[in-house]
Amino acid sequence: MSDSTEDKPKQSWWRRLSGGLKRTSTSLGTAVADLVTKRKLDRAMLDDIEDVLLRADLGTAVAERIAEAVGEGRYDKAISADEVKAVVATEVEKVLAPVARPLVIDDTLKPFVILVVGVNGSGKTTTIGKLAAKLSAEGRKVMMAAGDTFRAAAIEQLKVWGERTGSPVIAGAQGSDSASLAFNALTEARNEKRDVLLIDTAGRLQNKAELMNELEKMVRVIRRVDALAPHAVLLVLDATVGQNALSQVEAFHRTAGVTGLVMTKLDGTARGGILVALAEKHKLPVHFIGVGESIDDLAPFTARDFARAVAGIET
Amino acid sequence: MFDNLSERLGGILDRLTRRGALTEADVDAAMREVRRALLEADVSLDVVRSFTDKVREQAVGATVVKSVTPGQMVVKIVHDELIATLGSDGQTIDLNAVPPIIIMMVGLQGSGKTTTTAKLARRLTERDKRKVLMASLDIYRPAAMEQLAVLGRDLDIKTLPIVAGQKPEQIARRALEAGKLGGYDVVLLDTAGRTTLDDEMMSEAANIKTAAHPHEVLLVADSLTGQDAVNLARSFDERVGLTGIVLTRVDGDGRGGAALSMRQVTGKPIKLIGTGEKTDALEDFHPSRIAGRILGMGDVVSLVEKASANIDAEKAARTTERMRKGQFDLNDMREQLLQMSKMGGISGLMGMMPGVSKMKNQMAAAGLDDRIIKRQVAVIDSMTRQERKHPEILKASRKRRIAAGAGQKVEEINKLLKMHRGMADMMKMMGTGKRGPLAGIAQAMGFGGGMPSPEQMKALAEKMPKGADGLPQLPKDLPAGLRGGLPNLPGLTGLTGKPTLPGLGFPRKKK
Ligand SMILES: Nc1nc2c(ncn2[C@@H]2O[C@H](COP(=O)(O)OP(=O)(O)O)[C@@H](O)[C@H]2O)c(=O)[nH]1
Ligand SMILES: [Mg+2]
Repeated sequence: MSDSTEDKPKQSWWRRLSGGLKRTSTSLGTAVADLVTKRKLDRAMLDDIEDVLLRADLGTAVAERIAEAVGEGRYDKAISADEVKAVVATEVEKVLAPVARPLVIDDTLKPFVILVVGVNGSGKTTTIGKLAAKLSAEGRKVMMAAGDTFRAAAIEQLKVWGERTGSPVIAGAQGSDSASLAFNALTEARNEKRDVLLIDTAGRLQNKAELMNELEKMVRVIRRVDALAPHAVLLVLDATVGQNALSQVEAFHRTAGVTGLVMTKLDGTARGGILVALAEKHKLPVHFIGVGESIDDLAPFTARDFARAVAGIET
Repeated sequence: MFDNLSERLGGILDRLTRRGALTEADVDAAMREVRRALLEADVSLDVVRSFTDKVREQAVGATVVKSVTPGQMVVKIVHDELIATLGSDGQTIDLNAVPPIIIMMVGLQGSGKTTTTAKLARRLTERDKRKVLMASLDIYRPAAMEQLAVLGRDLDIKTLPIVAGQKPEQIARRALEAGKLGGYDVVLLDTAGRTTLDDEMMSEAANIKTAAHPHEVLLVADSLTGQDAVNLARSFDERVGLTGIVLTRVDGDGRGGAALSMRQVTGKPIKLIGTGEKTDALEDFHPSRIAGRILGMGDVVSLVEKASANIDAEKAARTTERMRKGQFDLNDMREQLLQMSKMGGISGLMGMMPGVSKMKNQMAAAGLDDRIIKRQVAVIDSMTRQERKHPEILKASRKRRIAAGAGQKVEEINKLLKMHRGMADMMKMMGTGKRGPLAGIAQAMGFGGGMPSPEQMKALAEKMPKGADGLPQLPKDLPAGLRGGLPNLPGLTGLTGKPTLPGLGFPRKKK
């Protein structure tokens, strides 16, 4: 992605991300520092490393495994606090590196259709707004479809983002059929030769069969217009989510064929470590992270930075 | 992977020869599993620590009661401690104050504040007969104020008129004024979502509180929250001061460990839970249910309650009686299917069962879902009375007619008939034997084994709505029966290869 965010006088996203993380991730900073400056790497220290990873939502299996990896070849050797953090970061990065892949828009497809899915309140609509801004800034003609026909004022919410980003919004009435809305929007985007169509959907819990069927139908109807669409299906995950994200990814992937993940709200205290567990288990690409509510608060996901933030390395 | 704690503990502890009391070593081994189980249920690490310490203390030296395995013993101790930590029942919204009573909602972005505000307004209006005014103080998120206005319009509950350009504090004052002048009993203040790191926004919340003197300040938090639950609850409590917590998305399949974390670090009661997107999906919090869920034992009590609310006891009794006599025609089957779909269909039921994720995958793979129930009912509806009573008269031409009427293929009719035969056989077997539909639940409710009589059925129905709380102390039978794999739901014959009972029947596998 371009470096446009870095040129702004505003703090860079990374600063803000690590700034936000600082206050909680000092738990690694201090926990490890206390132990490490004085001690050899022993069982207790590995347990502490595991705890830090658990606190970041990596889950028991992955936290255990990474703690073991840190211990390998280093057991009983003296090691400094910074070294431990670096090793933890490296181990986490190893898992994340393969999934840190940008969202690639195939510009030969007109429109390139992006369907955005996820549970309620995860940040789908906001992410669509931010994506519209980014893609328009890159010179693409964007259109949005207000596919959340369920939640009150969801359509109005997307329309505000349409105004902010200068993108037309195709909308129906609240309560109307989301699949036919998607169908209309895609037809319209085709006629208008739009480069990208961003389709919003209603939030749904992955254990609701009826709602998942409805999503499946949406995909089916989209395929009727364009057999290869949607070309990207983004699952939006909230950084505060715990182990349930595993089940979310599984279900949404099965239903809608998720092609990539976006993690939002990393500007809070939650660290989103479940991404590490997800990377091990599902290997789906992670494209972006959301670091605030403003239009430019969307950053590409980079394994190194994320891993360092999880390990509590600042700068 | 074990889905619930009793299985995990069973693995470790049941190997131990039975001794009089649990030794320290037994307990240590058990605590490692308890810790894992709690972490996997998203209980925050620090809370897990203090919790396992407490449990350890109680468990060491605890006498293992006869007829209970050491594993079950520990589960019981863990379960009881969970309930003790989660707090007692019935701590709901306090309306004992001079009106207008101000209730302020706070929480992270996307936690469900606005929906919860509308749900609470509806409950206070319909159930508590209060005159309610809602006001949105969220001037930041696009269309947030419209969202509340739309909800108010749908519910016919007043919302404070939107005035552009006002600050949240000003809106709060205006809401108070309107509350007094309009003779409202309750004024609900829906605030903007904020991260606890945002100092400006946290001060804003504190200032709103100072301006509005709310009687209740409720933290609205997602039950799917992971380890961050402690941070967020503690920060909101310290900066704004909470009187209670509302957990949302409890209808999801998360384990809900956040409930324990938040309750533990704030000491504030969980007052309500959100169980759906519609505005009537707001319920009282019952510690025992969340406890069962954290332990992966499914929401057995909720299941039982839900069953009792939706099932016509008379009808069920009649069906039971017929089954006992070995009569089970397509009318009975239709009844069972409808009852099932009333209880939330396959997915609704599954959501409340332990170990569901695996089963749901299998079901999805087999293409089984709620549509099947509807389809089967449609098929039965296309039959004549005679045909429903005597399915054996259904020959090719009749089948073709029915298929056309229901918009199905003849194969569907055959499938349905096969399923019916399988079920009828099983009924007959059980009619003479011990187990019947509802037997599992009846047993859990303390009716002992055997088929409940119609009288028992009625008693059961009366017993449930009120006092169904308190997970029937470690229902030995229920989880065990469910553990065998798929619960016996209709339409699942293809998966287990055995005929299964529809509707309420969760009979144990024949031993
Ligand atoms: N702090 C923060 N808030 C976000 C971020 N992304 C979305 N939000 C907020 O989360 C809430 C829910 O977002 P929304 O886009 O409406 O979620 P949807 O229901 O999935 O469409 C809104 O208040 C958004 O402003 C983010 O990266 N950081
Ligand atoms: Mg939305």
